[in-house]
Amino acid sequence: MAELPVTEERLIELYGPHLNRVPPGGWDAGLEIDRVVDTHCCFCGQQCGIRLKVSEEKVVGFEPRYDFPFNEGKLCPKGVKRYLQGNHPDRLLEPLERDPGSPEGFRPVSWDHALDRTASEIRRIQGAYGADSFAVLSGVSITNEKSYLMGKFARLAVGTANLDYNGRLCMVSAGAAGKKALGIDRAANPWSDIPLAEVVFVAGANIAECAPITTSYIWRARDNGARLIVMDPRVTPVARTAHLFLGVRPGTDLAVLSAMLNVLISRDWLDHDFIAAHTNGFEEAAAAVAAATPAWAAQVAGVPAARIEEAAELWGTSATGMLLHARGLEHHTKGVDNVLAAINLGLATGKYGKPGCGVNTITGQGNGQGGREHGHKCDQLPGNRDITNPEHREYIASVWGCDESEIPGKGLTAQEIMNAIHAGEIRGLLSICFNPLVSLPDSNFTRQALAKLEFYATIDFFLSETGAYADIVLPGSLHEEDEGTVTTLEGRVVKINAAVSPPGSARLDWDIVCDLARRLGRGHYFDYASTQEMFEELRVASKGGTADYAGITWQRVIDEQGVFWPCPEEGHPGTRRLFEDGRFYHPDGKARFVPTPWRESSEVPDGEYPTYLTTGRVISQYLSGTQTRRIGALVDQYPEPLCEIHPRLADRLGVTSGDLVRIISRRGSMTAPAKVVESIRPDTVFIPYHWPGDKSANLLTKRAIDPISGIPEFKVAAVRVEKVPGHGDVRDDRDLTIQAGERP
Amino acid sequence: MTTLIDPATAVFAIDQSRCIGCGACVQACAECDTHRGVSLIQLDTVDRATDTQTVPTVCMHCEDPTCAEVCPADAIKQNEDGVVQSSLKPRCIGCSNCVYACPFGIPKYISSFDQMMKCDMCYDRTSEGLKPMCASVCPSEALWYGTAEQFEMTRRGSLVRDWKFGNQDVRTKVAMVADEFGPVEVFIGRRRRHWMDDPFALEEMPA
Repeated sequence: MAELPVTEERLIELYGPHLNRVPPGGWDAGLEIDRVVDTHCCFCGQQCGIRLKVSEEKVVGFEPRYDFPFNEGKLCPKGVKRYLQGNHPDRLLEPLERDPGSPEGFRPVSWDHALDRTASEIRRIQGAYGADSFAVLSGVSITNEKSYLMGKFARLAVGTANLDYNGRLCMVSAGAAGKKALGIDRAANPWSDIPLAEVVFVAGANIAECAPITTSYIWRARDNGARLIVMDPRVTPVARTAHLFLGVRPGTDLAVLSAMLNVLISRDWLDHDFIAAHTNGFEEAAAAVAAATPAWAAQVAGVPAARIEEAAELWGTSATGMLLHARGLEHHTKGVDNVLAAINLGLATGKYGKPGCGVNTITGQGNGQGGREHGHKCDQLPGNRDITNPEHREYIASVWGCDESEIPGKGLTAQEIMNAIHAGEIRGLLSICFNPLVSLPDSNFTRQALAKLEFYATIDFFLSETGAYADIVLPGSLHEEDEGTVTTLEGRVVKINAAVSPPGSARLDWDIVCDLARRLGRGHYFDYASTQEMFEELRVASKGGTADYAGITWQRVIDEQGVFWPCPEEGHPGTRRLFEDGRFYHPDGKARFVPTPWRESSEVPDGEYPTYLTTGRVISQYLSGTQTRRIGALVDQYPEPLCEIHPRLADRLGVTSGDLVRIISRRGSMTAPAKVVESIRPDTVFIPYHWPGDKSANLLTKRAIDPISGIPEFKVAAVRVEKVPGHGDVRDDRDLTIQAGERP
Repeated sequence: MTTLIDPATAVFAIDQSRCIGCGACVQACAECDTHRGVSLIQLDTVDRATDTQTVPTVCMHCEDPTCAEVCPADAIKQNEDGVVQSSLKPRCIGCSNCVYACPFGIPKYISSFDQMMKCDMCYDRTSEGLKPMCASVCPSEALWYGTAEQFEMTRRGSLVRDWKFGNQDVRTKVAMVADEFGPVEVFIGRRRRHWMDDPFALEEMPA
């Protein structure tokens, strides 16, 4: 409520981020390992298997988990150092209440007080302004069970339509496109299909830094003779050895993809039998790209026509092919259209339902796949059901034992919720697993909005930058402190195991949520004694939906190293590769070509703001950095955001590597050291977004969202870059030669 | 379950064309029980201004290790599996002869341990049939450890183990992956593509 209770500097002093550099007891503690727990990494959607070493009820290290088939022991630096988020000095250990009069800004309170006050504020605000004036924001770094629980909690305990989640910032464009074109929102393939492809087309995905383990699958394809095409405004590490590189202007992928379809049609590199038997709408899609010639696309995208033709030839004449895309296609106001255009390339050449064939999103967040299936999206009920569909509502009401009318309708998406908070239409907020002050675009706007909330409660394990605005802070559980299931980017449901228990008086997230439901007088809907009980209910709730988990038992998830959905009944083997029978998930069994006419991004460079800004991630940090900015070794690897600039632009600005530059957009400005590299387009600068405050790239980005998916346009903004006095410490983020004698 | 690998015949291969510079090897090396908190692997950026090429370097484990030959205290031993170990603590006098003599630039004098430390191919792991930590975690398999049969079945490229430094011939246990014998472009591992000279086609389409 209102401004921060104490200064930002004081908050950082008290609540961090501080850097945890050493395991419990120090490097030389020589602890006996009491047990080693098989689980998964808490970070990205690949959900690599990992083993956590536990000593004296603390996680003290890791061991590779060679037997998990996806990663066979492989980990990125975040996975290696993830154990240092436990036993952390910043860990929230007791409930807190905002207290501007206290030098700490917050005072410790009892659980009873914290939860009773939260419940009474929810009801007070709803009583004064209406049921939907209290919003719930959730996230997809949490398990399937907690995702399911948050959806049910918002609908039945709080009784608000305004529930959404941070997956809205992640891969919703891919999800919406998959549902539109294929009738299902899941990667079409297990990753073991990648090495079987003759051509691998990576479109808008910095695999080396954002899905590092996927690199090994691509290199296996290369070893098998596959040609690799990479489309990106930056020559990413995986692009370095590509057969073909399409260095697009930010926001113009659609032009290239459309021109590729144009070439496939004009050269007749089409699978006519597949199109006739398994698809609808080809003629309309073809008409939409009739004018999208390579020459036209070359002008729009800044990629030579010959390269676009070569890409189309590689894709169109290869018997097998895998297209992998990520936020580079999805974070746009035309994110859904970008993905649809990619899917059209797959459909036109019959690259579905066969080994080594498919168009797949590389889901970003830890439970980016499962978290978008079980009903904590504003438009969704469990099993990827539609909250506006009467039959779907009736079914879920029957599972929940409530009347259909008790389930609110469709609510606002995450960015729209923040807009409504800013507009005073939403007055109260409960959040879990979401740090919008860092992760939403236009952070000055988000900051203003948070200050307008009458009441804000957050469930978290560290006090995030957003959490600092809370009235009540409820200390929840870290990934390694609870069990549950998550669904990986392959659609594989896997088991997370608890290594330790929450410290201090912190509680399991789901236990907090169920307790709060009881205090809201709705406890009878939330009578769970274990995570497994929620999973069993989720199975029933998902039954008959597209994301059908009915046949996936708790024991099978453990015994089989994960089960791929859809898995409609017990005994069903699960579905590793979709569409093998040629049937898509629309009622007629056919896939749909969707026309994707060209349109511009919401904001493009002009005389005043002449340069493109695109944002993304670095390998050593994860999303808003709530966890990874607290781990010393990861911060050392890339301590602060650098602004990547091509030498041509740098020369024009008189800038060399390390000089400070000010990057200015219509929303705000920030200063960062320049990193002058030839690996980025000269008309574009890149800044990673993991940092808060004056280091936040989202000071610059625009609150423009895709009209279908609601995803913000993080990948395109217009900026002006200026040289300012000063010099930053640009240690190359990849130059990790050790310093002899140094030991953290 | 993972199959155990005999360290005497294991292949340790470095393939720079696969390296993505993620640093997992560096971070994981520092987790090793024998030198916790200190990483003994090098990850170098060749020239970030022009390229994303990075190069991981572990100890190459020479058949006739120069480091051991120049050690005045006889502190550097090679075991029966051909693994050249860190200096023996009671013998090492910290003179750094090995640091200067190694043709690959591997040994480091670590003041906090007051001895020379270097990669010993995670002998605590490899002696039990496990992979070394760096080759366990490497997301891109740029650092790879396994049997010769596994390499033959799953990987391409030739294994280079013979090096020439001036007049010194060196044969190593660790191999570099190259396309073929003879002069190789180790940094890209494959023939150059037409786009590489001008990734953004600035000559033909001014940005």
